[in-house]
Amino acid sequence: MIFATVGTQLPFDRLITSLEKWSLKQNVSGCFAQVGPEGKVPQHIESAATLTPLQFAKQVADCKVIVSHAGMGTILTALQHCRPIIVMPRLVKFGEHRNDHQLATVSNLEDREGIHVARSEDELFEKLDAIASLETGDGASVSAEPQLLSAIGHFIMSNGASGDTHA
Amino acid sequence: MLRLRPAFRDCDVTYVTVNLGSRSEVGDSPFYVIPDGNRDTKLSLILMAIRVLYLVLRVRPNVVVSTGAAPGYFACRFAKLVGAKSLFIDSVANAEEMSLSAKLATSHASRVFSQWPRVAEKFGVECHGSVL
Repeated sequence: MIFATVGTQLPFDRLITSLEKWSLKQNVSGCFAQVGPEGKVPQHIESAATLTPLQFAKQVADCKVIVSHAGMGTILTALQHCRPIIVMPRLVKFGEHRNDHQLATVSNLEDREGIHVARSEDELFEKLDAIASLETGDGASVSAEPQLLSAIGHFIMSNGASGDTHA
Repeated sequence: MLRLRPAFRDCDVTYVTVNLGSRSEVGDSPFYVIPDGNRDTKLSLILMAIRVLYLVLRVRPNVVVSTGAAPGYFACRFAKLVGAKSLFIDSVANAEEMSLSAKLATSHASRVFSQWPRVAEKFGVECHGSVL
């Protein structure tokens, strides 16, 4: 029902522990957490350190809500699959990242439909309590904004040859 | 990167990623996996750079397009060795500051894009929208 994911690079124990706490308090089962290679393994939630893209896709397909760090990869996935996402930014003061760019990410994205920001454990609990009524984005398109595609297209073609692209 | 595919429609594309599992998403295009590396792990960074250099020399692209991070920086830097032009697109995650890779790429890549107008203005690079 809830798929929590912290990305592949760094653990985010504060997020996973808070989710576990909430699920115990509310007696919610069916959570799954991807906790990262060095992440603390939760006792009361099924979890994995990492997932293959296929396993990841299955968790996304099977869940109702995604709970995540403010990683753009996960946010994009949630938008594409029309899953509401609750994002908690990683903070330097807790050693969760090397800078506070996730704070900037969430303030830029929180107006988007389907993206719900939790800046603290209390805010996370609030969003989780309201889980049934969290709105879903209407699905981001599969490709980037047209003006970006066109700028890249112009760049590629600017020497007049189609050529090989090493992406 | 996959969200940029429409821009590569008429090109022969070689994909390079740190994620082995993405192979299934690129169809028949040549696909290479490189070890991940960032500034916290110097040895892995060096190994990754060597692998990127090898691939650039082997594939000999005309154009390098990167969606960011350390491997993309190296790819843009090495592109010059084979006479390729390069475009570094900083991650949409960098909404306030450009990444270190993007800052470094400004002196090596032919063009650098940020996906946030505010950031583009601050660092004197271009912005043409985002992958969202």
